[in-house]
Amino acid sequence: MKNIDSKGHVTGKSIYLDDIPTIQGTLYAAVYSSPSAHGIIQSVDYSKALALFGVEKILTFDDIKGENQIGGIFPDEELLAEKEVHFQGQPIAVVIAKSESIAFKARKLIEIDILEKEVIIDAREAQKKGQLIMPPRIFKSGNLDLAWSVCEYIFEGRASSNGQEHLYLETQGAYAIPLENGNIKISSSTQGPTAVQRAAAKVLDVGMHNIEVDVVRLGGGFGGKEDQATPWAIMAAMGVQILNKPVKLILSRMDDMKMTGKRHPYDSDYKIGLSKDFKILAYEVHFYQNAGAAADLSPAVLGRTLFHATNAYHIPNTRLTAYSCKTNLPPNTAFRGFGGPQGMFVIEAALAHAAKKLKISTHILQKKNLLKTGDEFPYGQIAEGVVLNKLWSDLDSKFDLKAVENRIHNFNQENTYSKKGFSLMPIAFGISFTKTPMNQARALVHIYSDGTVGISTGAVEMGQGVNTKMLQIAASSFGIHPNKVKLETTNTTRVANTSPTAASATADLNGKALLKACTALLERLKNSVAIKFDVNIDNVSFENDLVYIDNVPTEMTWEQLVDQAFLERVCLTENGHYATPIINFDMETQKGHPFAYHVFGLALTEVTVDCLRGTYEFDAVKIIHDFGKSMNPSVDMGQIEGGLVQGMGWMTLEEIRYNKEGRLLSNTLSAYKIPDIYAVPKEIIVYPVETEGSEMAILKSKAVGEPPLMYGIGAYFAIDKAVMAFNPNAKLEMSAPFTAEKVLMGLY
Amino acid sequence: MIEFILNNNKIKTDKPNGSLLVDFIREHQHLKGTKIGCREGDCGACTVLVGESKKGKMEYQQIPSCLTPMGNISNKHVVTIEGLNMESLSPVQQSFVAESGTQCGFCTPGFVVALSQYCLSHKASNYDNAIASMSGNICRCTGYKPIEKTALHVTKALKNKDTDQTIQWLVDHKYIPTYFNAIPKRLSELKKEIKKETSGILVGGGTDLYVQKHEHLIDLEVDLISDRPDLKYIKIDDYTFYLGSALTVTDLLESKAFCGIFSKLSKQMKLISSAMIRNVSTLAGNFVNASPIGDMTAFFIALNARIILSNHKTTRTILLKDFYKGYKDLDLSKNEILTEIQIDIPKVNGHFNFEKVSKRTHLDIASVNSAALIIEKNGIIEKAHISAGGVGPIPLYLEKTSNYLQGKALTKEVIIEANEILQSEISPISDIRGSEKYKRLLLRQLFFAHFIELFQINLLG
Repeated sequence: MKNIDSKGHVTGKSIYLDDIPTIQGTLYAAVYSSPSAHGIIQSVDYSKALALFGVEKILTFDDIKGENQIGGIFPDEELLAEKEVHFQGQPIAVVIAKSESIAFKARKLIEIDILEKEVIIDAREAQKKGQLIMPPRIFKSGNLDLAWSVCEYIFEGRASSNGQEHLYLETQGAYAIPLENGNIKISSSTQGPTAVQRAAAKVLDVGMHNIEVDVVRLGGGFGGKEDQATPWAIMAAMGVQILNKPVKLILSRMDDMKMTGKRHPYDSDYKIGLSKDFKILAYEVHFYQNAGAAADLSPAVLGRTLFHATNAYHIPNTRLTAYSCKTNLPPNTAFRGFGGPQGMFVIEAALAHAAKKLKISTHILQKKNLLKTGDEFPYGQIAEGVVLNKLWSDLDSKFDLKAVENRIHNFNQENTYSKKGFSLMPIAFGISFTKTPMNQARALVHIYSDGTVGISTGAVEMGQGVNTKMLQIAASSFGIHPNKVKLETTNTTRVANTSPTAASATADLNGKALLKACTALLERLKNSVAIKFDVNIDNVSFENDLVYIDNVPTEMTWEQLVDQAFLERVCLTENGHYATPIINFDMETQKGHPFAYHVFGLALTEVTVDCLRGTYEFDAVKIIHDFGKSMNPSVDMGQIEGGLVQGMGWMTLEEIRYNKEGRLLSNTLSAYKIPDIYAVPKEIIVYPVETEGSEMAILKSKAVGEPPLMYGIGAYFAIDKAVMAFNPNAKLEMSAPFTAEKVLMGLY
Repeated sequence: MIEFILNNNKIKTDKPNGSLLVDFIREHQHLKGTKIGCREGDCGACTVLVGESKKGKMEYQQIPSCLTPMGNISNKHVVTIEGLNMESLSPVQQSFVAESGTQCGFCTPGFVVALSQYCLSHKASNYDNAIASMSGNICRCTGYKPIEKTALHVTKALKNKDTDQTIQWLVDHKYIPTYFNAIPKRLSELKKEIKKETSGILVGGGTDLYVQKHEHLIDLEVDLISDRPDLKYIKIDDYTFYLGSALTVTDLLESKAFCGIFSKLSKQMKLISSAMIRNVSTLAGNFVNASPIGDMTAFFIALNARIILSNHKTTRTILLKDFYKGYKDLDLSKNEILTEIQIDIPKVNGHFNFEKVSKRTHLDIASVNSAALIIEKNGIIEKAHISAGGVGPIPLYLEKTSNYLQGKALTKEVIIEANEILQSEISPISDIRGSEKYKRLLLRQLFFAHFIELFQINLLG
């Protein structure tokens, strides 16, 4: 089934936040933010802005009735800065005016006096100065100190990866409207409706029941709207609370880029030890995560870096230390992969480094150390259903690695200004929120008396096709045509206390909850049939909009059955609740079984570098991916290709730059480049591998949102190979992204 | 009053001619299918079509509505996604659905509109052109592969398009609604814009001005030059091209005469912005904007172009390379306007090359660009003109390097020596587009590339 939103999308009829018809009297808000990255606010003069015709109100911390606090994990982030500012772009005030252009004009008239303080933008510098978000977190396994002594080869180095702008095409925004009795409805472009509701209630000093959050869909999220959609929603709601008029707040692209956090930059020191036959015996890393000015989701992101620090390899002895460093950048946040990619980049860099020194191909080291079923991860979970060796042999039999190597070698012999390189990138990505209590979801199903079905879940549709999957689950459960099923908006009054749509787990969690609700309804309906026809309930089934008995269609339609059940006063509404079983984690010992299952895959990337100009083009990326039993191959394929290209963008073109004063220089789409249609590999081939899937995955269809992003890491190491082919003496730092600049500087 | 046709509706509006089309479409007409992604022409979410009747045929171009002043669509046909919708999906829309070319959907209307422009062109269908039509559209979800398949699908379906009767064929095959047939007649009935007193600010395509000063311009009446016939022409005589200053890059690409002389033009222009920006940005705009990295500026400086500057009373001619006095400082007095560009047609032994490297190869601002015109006879350089952008406060004509090369043999040694001189006349700074060291190295490479491309000289061995 194609994404159910496709038709709305191609006709421009799908509704995004800024397309919601506005109510008469709606006011428009613009956020005034700190021009300085660190300092004490001496005074702010709003008088000229307030005097501008059409300005209704300028909200500041003084207008907050509850707590001026939006920190999700730690309470360390003010909604509107009171005394001290910690990053450029930190919100200080909200101008509310009759039109958006008046609000923007007024904003320019605000004058501020800030006493500047020292600005730190570098994670290592922050760590040296003791600026940490929380104490370092350490994973240990085996006996590292002993292991070093038996290693034949030991290599040490440094690897860094830069941040990444989410660049959801739809910027952040919210539209809040007053309801009666002081209640407020917020339409928000958020991945976490409950997070918005909870934080808004706290800041406005009302109950969560006073705040209704509704989400139709997102024009892209990628993690950027998990936590950071919240402030804008609260600001709009504050405007409603004070002015009792609808308030809309949409960030301009520049505001969005300046005010919101990104993927965390990481700098890392690694040390890797190998046996004589190239087994990795020991691995030690110090990760320096650049968290930005507040915790946001950084502690959780840091955790996932540790969980994926050994990627798809078995390493018996490890010590993995991670520092979440507080700097004067916008608080960095969730981004597809959630710290996992940053951890994986370092182990791949360490292996590439070792291979260079040992004068062998990196893939020899990779293959030698692939994880197997029964191996233990550094965090204590035993790997199950591992298919990495199978993926490897599948890839080899389909594409013949030796032949690829020879072909590239010959090409490089024959060409002076053009060199090719290739890399392999295996992945093992854990599925579940690493914070165990978040692994729960609910779904509300109404069967209307005419047989049509309405579904509400906690899942937010942001292009990943989760609503399509939900619809498939309901339609197939009831044996009815999909056009009888409607996916409702994600709304906190219908499904409460939700986890954000994140961690690749949303289809699993909400799908399982939905399946439970559908199953309960089915039981009641089957019971109704069983009584009417005097048969055993197990003999009843529904297919093709008909009631079946003993697998034979009866004359009774689904509609007739529902009508009958309604008259019999059968409850046609059900709420399903699902909590992932088995998973656990002990924060004391840093051991446990945090993931429901792992997703595996392997990518082969080929690149051609123009050694005259230092530019590159990707010839092909060939992927063998473990989908389990995909419940929607076209939706899942879209996640693989899209994730891959997003990951490649992070590794190649996308370069975030701040100056020493903490000002974002890559603050527009003309200065920050994501892949365009010409930048993507000429060929992307994705082969599914037949695996059993996991019982913990919805219909055994494995989660697919984040894992493919990490195939993009292969792009970095393919370029690295091509550059080395031209200039074997190149002293390349392991520093992503591999921009055209770094390529040329490496070539000459 | 500005009159135009929006989809199937005649519009009369007294909005300032400097206000933006995207705001009119979304806020005034409540057509929400056109999205706002960046307001700087870099994402394509706001793509619409603008059509004019030219020589009896409707010509449609895709344009960024976020940078388009209302005055520039006066008397034209504007088509948004809503104007392409019919009772059932068009083959373009169907293909996007069938190939899963849409995920979050926010960029999708822009892509559909852009690819529809490809259908509406009077050229035979060709996959590369299909992709090029969407070169200004960014998607963050799909990785573009399904969009490529969509383009292939549509290209195949257009195989038998009647390019003499494009609109009728597309209507017959349900690519576009039937109202398209009546547009030429309806356009001819519209009244010309009545000029109001203006602010005196000159605006061409607006692709730079509206990025820089959008909040300032949207309330103003401005002087628009894009549709002035007296500034939009290509004339040629035995020795010279005379180019009206309001010509767009697309106009040059559409000129058989120009492409006849510059055979690699389409390959070179592909490196410059996107199809939709090339459709509206003017040569004069690129020159007057005075960006040190202006691509067309580097291109024309190496052609030793002359520009005609005129005010109400007098007209003068200067070399383009002498137009730039300092950073964003022009040899242009208050009432002067750049009206024409003249270039001598390179002789048979004149060789021209343009090079550009940016972080992203397409739709990106150059780190460094360079163009070279080299007149060569029997292995001797008779004359050389080399330009370079991104290596100083202004677009540079590399005077010393060009002079040095004159009369020299085309050898590796000469070129390497010339690079030493080149390095002495540039002053790149480290910024977002690269470090000083990188820009120096890159310009050396691009300088070498001219000789490798034009004369296959091996500079490595």
